[in-house]
Amino acid sequence: MSITLYVPGDAAARALGADEVAAAIEKRAQEFGIKVHVVRNGSRGLFWLEPLVEVLTSRGRVAYGSVQAADVGSLFAANFLEGGEHPLRLGNIEAHPYLSRQQRVTLRRVGVIDPRSLSDYLAQGGGLGLAQARQLSPAAIVQAVTDSGLRGRGGAAFPTGIKWRTVLDTGADEKYIVCNADEGDSGTYSDRLLMEGDPYCLLEGMAIAGLAVGAKRGYLYVRSEYPDAIALLNAALDNAGDWLGDFQIEVRRAAGAYVCGEETALLESIEGRRGIVRSKPPLPAIAGLFGKPTVINNVITFASVPDILARGAAFYRDLGVGRSRGTLPFQLAGNLKFGGLVEVPFGSTLRELLYDYGGGSRSGRPLRAVQVGGPLGAYLPESQFDTVLDYEAFAAIGAVLGHGGIVAFDDTVDMAKQARYAMQFCAHESCGKCTPCRIGSTRGVEVIDRIRAGQREQIPLLRELCDTLTDGSLCAMGGMTPYPVLSALNHFAEDFE
Amino acid sequence: MIATLDTIFTRHREQAGALLPILHDIQDALGYVPEEAVPLIAGQLNLSRAEVHGVISYYPHFRQTREAGHVVHLCCAEACQANGSEALAAHAAATLQGAKVTVKPVYCLGLCASGPAMQIDETRLVARVTTEKFDALMNELGARA
Ligand SMILES: Cc1cc2nc3c(=O)[nH]c(=O)nc-3n(C[C@H](O)[C@H](O)[C@H](O)COP(=O)(O)O)c2cc1C
Ligand code: SF4
Ligand code: FES
Repeated sequence: MSITLYVPGDAAARALGADEVAAAIEKRAQEFGIKVHVVRNGSRGLFWLEPLVEVLTSRGRVAYGSVQAADVGSLFAANFLEGGEHPLRLGNIEAHPYLSRQQRVTLRRVGVIDPRSLSDYLAQGGGLGLAQARQLSPAAIVQAVTDSGLRGRGGAAFPTGIKWRTVLDTGADEKYIVCNADEGDSGTYSDRLLMEGDPYCLLEGMAIAGLAVGAKRGYLYVRSEYPDAIALLNAALDNAGDWLGDFQIEVRRAAGAYVCGEETALLESIEGRRGIVRSKPPLPAIAGLFGKPTVINNVITFASVPDILARGAAFYRDLGVGRSRGTLPFQLAGNLKFGGLVEVPFGSTLRELLYDYGGGSRSGRPLRAVQVGGPLGAYLPESQFDTVLDYEAFAAIGAVLGHGGIVAFDDTVDMAKQARYAMQFCAHESCGKCTPCRIGSTRGVEVIDRIRAGQREQIPLLRELCDTLTDGSLCAMGGMTPYPVLSALNHFAEDFE
Repeated sequence: MIATLDTIFTRHREQAGALLPILHDIQDALGYVPEEAVPLIAGQLNLSRAEVHGVISYYPHFRQTREAGHVVHLCCAEACQANGSEALAAHAAATLQGAKVTVKPVYCLGLCASGPAMQIDETRLVARVTTEKFDALMNELGARA
């Protein structure tokens, strides 16, 4: 009999020393003549505790964290393989308030299962959605997704059912399912966690989309900065056997351009061209990849679908508030004591996430500004921390939830500098198609530099530039850069003095 | 190089939109995409050389020269800024003058709860990088004389 241990193979855990820990455990066990089976699971998303080691004992899983290779000797001495006492012992991690207060739906298996094992996935409730979808007509699958109220999790929050309906209703000899795993937004990592912790869930969601619209081929476009996710997805596909039926998925590696996360630029990139944004119409749903009707969705959108089919649309729709149904995996990032993944139904407040989960700043200084929704999202001041986390409430204050990334800054932040960074990022990442985005952003950097040098009379010019960006941009790259810039200017005017 | 390219072309013969996968395979095999490969890729895919060049130069990931030594990508996106990535970048610049290491910016590595983050030689990720940790890693690489 061997003892089963879990040492995350997730990129964040590895970046904090998980490989060294796994190797040290195996070495020590061998020295003692103990057989161990080390599963490289995903991360549960409590990053201050990574590497988080769990031991499967007769009384369930017992966690220790954060473990460094140097701790392994004392863990063995404390008999951790039987759940022994140790300063790093955390007990059952699922009882940890950070996890027990969450409502994990889409990411519930991440960190729990062996991501490479289809049988583990199926044993933990995976596969039921696909089985259900195989019993339904395409229209009935689309109806279930529509009824669930699911909206795209990649940023724009477009109703998924409507998108799928369009593709279903468009006749063509070939259709495609494309997964947007470009996850370029700073402060976001939920796609990565899911791909590295529960890849079969994503594959299942894509296969269900294929059944729903009549597509046999899927592409998974993953950013090149995520080599671990790419390797895991390919391993999962290799181990999938005929589970996906005749639906075929190909993993594509991106090449470092942020704008390729924009759906039409992404399609250009898969087709082998520069990632330049296409004019719409036509919508990708009508003429997308290789000119064919194409469903393109974010990782978390697809990964939400198996549960909707398996547990029913009502189950999902009953979570959340207003027109924001279901859960969103929020990603706490930046200057927070307890950064990590918090999946909760829409409806809590930013303050709850920042303080009840995040524990306030890591630096111990007061939090001053929080950027929600990635580099194109607004900066929120303290006075807006009570905003309810739902798409419409955020829109009402000129902000966005986007992909659910939350980046906290303490009071040492210089907001004029952050505004400058946003303009510079736009200049750097612009695909070059629209003049305001390509040229205006560089002008924006210069204007902010002059304001920071004391020329306050340039502020109206900055506002005008933002108006030009908003009105004259084909996509949200140029169109939303004013969100971080103007929110910084409006809420933190003192930094522009 | 020709043999390497032939193997790669064969692997992608049936693939639609094969240009990026081919470029990735070439860079993985050779460390960069050599100038001499461009006309061969163009011929293989029925594209003009200008089109192939356009794609290589558009994507930051692809390079046309071999890296001289180690490459360190420091994340300088917002979540890492909030945790002192700028000070780390300044430290790197100050301590690595004349070293066999190239420091480059990267915009998010997906380790945003554990910043500042960095990547060494496009393979090894390191999170919660302090100046001490950074110095130890650079010594390990033999970056400093
Ligand atoms: C500049 C830019 C970058 C984007 N990056 C991403 C991304 O990395 N991942 C993503 O899912 N959507 C991204 N989007 C949104 C996509 O264009 C698109 O809305 C999304 O893939 C649709 O899927 P969803 O409906 O499931 O959200 C980006 C949009 C823009 C304008
Ligand atoms: S707004 Fe910018 S990124 Fe978007 S299409 Fe125009 S130039 Fe390209
Ligand atoms: S912002 Fe640095 S890793 Fe995401």
